[in-house]
Formats: sequence, structure tokens, C-alpha cells
Amino acid sequence: MSSPTSSVLGSESLISGIETGLMRRTLKAMILSRILESKLSSLYKAGKIVGGVYLGTGQEAFSASLGSCLDQSKDIFAPLIRDQAGRTAFGEPVIEATRTYLGSVLGPMRGRDGNIHRGRPDQRRPAMISHLGASVSVVAGMLMARRMKGELGGVVGATCVGDGATSTGAFHEGLNLVAVEKLPMVVLVADNQFAYSTPRERQFACENLLDRARGYGVAGREVDATDLVECLGGVQKAVEAARSGEGPQMVVGKLLRLCGHGEHDDGSYVAAKLKQSPLGRDCLEVGIRQVIELGLTTPEEVAQWKTEAAEEVQESVARAQTDPTPDPYLEDWRAVSEEGMQ
Amino acid sequence: MSVTYIDAIHQAQLELLREREDVFLYGQDIGAFGGAFKATKGLQEEFPDRVLDSPISEDAMVGMSIGAAISGMRPIVEMQFADFSSIAFNQIVNNAGTHYYRTGIPIPITVRLPCGGTPGSGPFHSQMVETLYGHYPGVIVVTPATVSDAYHLLKQSVLLDDPVVFCEHKFLYRWLKTAEIDPEPLPLGVARITRPGKHATVVTYSAMVHEAVRAADRLALEGWEIEVVDLRSVKPLDMDTVIASVARTGRLLALGEAFPWGGVTAEVVSQVVAEGFHLLDAAPMRLNAKDTPIPYHPDLWAAHRPTPESIVEKLRELLNL
Repeated sequence: MSSPTSSVLGSESLISGIETGLMRRTLKAMILSRILESKLSSLYKAGKIVGGVYLGTGQEAFSASLGSCLDQSKDIFAPLIRDQAGRTAFGEPVIEATRTYLGSVLGPMRGRDGNIHRGRPDQRRPAMISHLGASVSVVAGMLMARRMKGELGGVVGATCVGDGATSTGAFHEGLNLVAVEKLPMVVLVADNQFAYSTPRERQFACENLLDRARGYGVAGREVDATDLVECLGGVQKAVEAARSGEGPQMVVGKLLRLCGHGEHDDGSYVAAKLKQSPLGRDCLEVGIRQVIELGLTTPEEVAQWKTEAAEEVQESVARAQTDPTPDPYLEDWRAVSEEGMQ
Repeated sequence: MSVTYIDAIHQAQLELLREREDVFLYGQDIGAFGGAFKATKGLQEEFPDRVLDSPISEDAMVGMSIGAAISGMRPIVEMQFADFSSIAFNQIVNNAGTHYYRTGIPIPITVRLPCGGTPGSGPFHSQMVETLYGHYPGVIVVTPATVSDAYHLLKQSVLLDDPVVFCEHKFLYRWLKTAEIDPEPLPLGVARITRPGKHATVVTYSAMVHEAVRAADRLALEGWEIEVVDLRSVKPLDMDTVIASVARTGRLLALGEAFPWGGVTAEVVSQVVAEGFHLLDAAPMRLNAKDTPIPYHPDLWAAHRPTPESIVEKLRELLNL
């Protein structure tokens, strides 16, 4: 693991094979995600968002690497709680996030569900439920349907979990099923040190979550998830391996969540020592520096991206705030699609 | 030739597989082995890619079927025993059950649950679970009592765009026979008057329909005419048929094999009281299984669930005899 001040030169061997455009796209998604989430936090603290706001601060490089390595035209991506960056990199419009958080009826969840519980399942973006690990088998089913229809060729399914989710039965059952069926699936495990407030030592006893991959019969990789170049290298290899028929892939990203569980949580249980350790590096700062040092962008262009992102976020918030909100009197209050079946 | 209840389920699945390429079966031991109750016997031979053995992972089985349904398939998931669906509860009620309301995209899965007691099956291979699933929005709960209903309701369930929990009763699998499947199905969601009567109504479903008919036969020897209503599905619940029956008889016994706290019988009584209080000549009654786990010994088991004797006794009470 590189120290906060190390040069990116150590990563140079990894950049071979990472296309220039991919690196720039990923960084741009990280910037947009950070700015969007910062705005969402402000709106929450101002009382404009009810429920909760859950950020992915510190996890952007890992999450966005997956979103940008997947093929938006055919792959499946089931994000979890800290995957705004992955969502953005996979092409989710910012307005879908702001509309969902602000309860607009024009958003994908129409005020019926909120915050990170959003998706467009018909566009290969399943909407997560709160129960961790549940998406693993859902993505498996989306892949198995394609296999049965003869449409699986070249498609990759992906989902993300945190270290806490690997303790669930759903994760275990799902990943085992994925392995048994040898599905082209990538599972990212963000080992972010805390499940809500519970440290990883109270979550599992194996030395490294990567050990679990072997137990399932799944290929495993580990990356320093504070390092954009390393994330992209590792995730890209996993996606390519899955796509080329090598079966399911797990990528464990080592990092520290740089926010509370949600914006209601100040994360005061995170020790200062941990924050100051290499795990506590801000992947966005590292990523910007890396991409500039590699000569793929300039500080001026990054500043421009930030300005554009802030404008897009402002505009998306303003639009969502002026959208119609759900009307309890017009709501059809139906939980099934078929007439007469409720 | 006769058709058993399990034959009907087998036949419905065979025809669905033949008629529709979007149907597939997923469950434990359902492939070459043909399933614990042989509901899928021989099907993998004809459809090797659409009759798939699953790991012992009820949560993942249903999660997988939800994903497949999102992607245009109509999965039928076989739980080996309804009792084990507790492991899949989350995916059924929180994922499948919320999906249409949340996203506008329905989940056409059918989860087959071999329910109910048989002698010697004990606490974990005997349970009735319709109440659990009926409680949650977004899930349709079907409870066939006859061979023809097992066949038609299964085919209808699979063709519905919403999640269906299909509660098939194990006690009926091989015991219940009919000469041939009724060619004229009733729609799903409509109850049936199994036996007309005028002195009291028994509202029930699944295997208890047959116990209720036995009880009614005994009371008929004394001149009492007991009407038996077979709900066929507990969600939707056909209260029109129930209320119309109570209007004719003025007396209601809600009968079920499930545990007594809450549940389908409580719901029926509650709705009849709320909507048809003026129709009642006596306080409505409920009869359910006992409030203990389901016992192993056949003598205990037989006394745990309602029997023709206990139903007769309850009906005498209802008729003020």
C-alpha cells in the first residue's frame, strides 16, 4: 500500500491496459458523485431531505471503477448503499438521484421509495432493498434468464457489498449459487473497516475477506481502494475475466469509509489513528493527482469538471424541487399489477 | 384412470414448460430426482435447461427467480417444504412483494410451498404459512383444495404478472383423486360453494375443505344443512361469496389448519363482522390448529389440527345445540 505522499510511479505498471478515456471517465464520475453527495448532505442538514442520506465518501474510486468498466449497453449493475460513484459511472442520470431523495413523482421511485433504494430494473439497474446481500442472487437470476434465452454471451453482472454484508446469509447463499452456476459476475467487497459502527473484527474472523473467495470457488483480487489506478486495474481485470468466461470474480477493496454510516451519524467511533493511516487517504484527491501526473488531464480541466458537476447538481436539485410530489389522494395504493388480485 | 393432486401439479408444470419458453423450474432435488414429492418427475429429461437443481439456499432461490423475472422469465420455485420458506421470507415479502409498488415492474414468480401436516412429519415439515405471506402487500396467496384447482390455479398463478405463493397441501398429494381434471376452471380470486346448505356456513380452504365436508355429512344425518365455502385463494379473499353465504345461513364458522393467533380465519371473521354484522344470528366462531408447534406423534398430530369431530362439535355450539 502506498503512503499518502508517494508518487504514482509505483502504479505505472498497472496503467498498461487501462485506456486513457476510461481513466478520465472514471475520475469525472468520482468528481460528480462527490459534489452531488455533498449537496445531498447539505439538503439533509437543512431539513430538505427526509429519511436518510447515505454517502460513499472515500469509496468513489472503487465504486466508479466498476461502473465505468461495465458496458452500459448490456451489463447489469446492482449498486448498494455507497455506490453513487458507480451509479454515475454506469450512466445513472443525476436527476434520478435528486428526484428520489426529494420524493419527486417523476423520479424512478415516484416517492414510493427513497434515497439509495432506487433503480431502473428494466434498464439492468435493479433497485436495492435494505437487506444486505439480497442483490447477489437477483443479479444471478438476471444472468441465468439470459443464459436460458441464449442471450448471455458477453454480458457481465455486477453488484457491490461492504464488509458487513459478507456476514449475511443472503450474501453467502447468493455467492455460492453464482459459483455453482459459474456465472459471469463480479462482486465488489468494499472492506471499509466498519459496518455502521461495528468494526470488522466483530464482523468476521478470517484474516482477509479475500480468503472467502477461495472458499466459494470464486476468483479473488485485492486492491488498495484509495488508489484509483489500482482500482481500475483490478476491477477491469475482474470484469474482463468474467466476460471472457472465467466465472465469477470477487474484488476486495481495502479502504476507510470517510463519512458516517449516514449523515445522521458523525462516525465518532472511527479512531484518529485509522483516519491518519494509509487507509484513510481520500481516493478522490489521490485520483486527481494520479490522472494529472499521468498526463491525462490538467488541474485546469479538473477545475472545469468540478464547475460543470456543480452546475449539473444545482440544476438537478432545482428541477427535482419544483417537480410534483406524490398526492395521497391520487395514489392508486396498489401493490400488485393485476386487477382484482389485492 | 384417475388423477391425483400431485399428478395435477406435475401436469400443470409439464404443460407450462411445453407451452411457454419463459417458464422454468428451480428447486432442491427437482432435476433427475424429480423432487421430494415427485412433482417434477421426468421434467428435466424433456427440459434439461429449464428444470434446474438449486443449492440448499432458499433465500438465493427466490432472489434468483426475482432476477430472472425482471429479465422476462416466469420462474416456478419449488420449496421442498413450506416450512423452509422462512429462509426465503425476506426475498418473497421484501423484494418480490415490494417490487411492483416501488418500481412499477411486476415480478411474475410462483413459489410452490408443500404445506400442511401429514402424520409423523413433526414441527418443521407440517406448517401452514399462508397467513405470513397473506399479511404482506404485493403477494398473492393461493390455497387449492381440489385436484382440478391444483391444476388450474397453478397454471393461472404462473401466468399472473405478480408474485404468487402457491400453498399446496401435502396431505392431499396422493390421497385426493378425481376421474379427470374439470375442463372449466373458475378464475383465481373466486371462492366456491363446495357444499350448499342453509343452517350455517363453514369458510375454509386447502385440506380443511375435506374435513369440513365430512363434518357436514355427519350433521346432515341429523337434518342440518351446512354450507361449505372453499376460499381457493386467501389473498385475494373473495368476501362477496362469503358474505352471500352468511346472508343465507346467518351463522359462520371460519376453519383453518394454521396456528390460531391472527390469520385467515381471524380475517374472515373480522370482515364478516365489519361488513355483515346484521346478517349474523349468532356470534361467529373460529376453529384452528392448537397454539403449539406441530407434534410428531400421529395421535398428537391428529388432535392438533381440526378434525371432523372437533368441527362437528364447534358447529353444534354454533347452532346452539
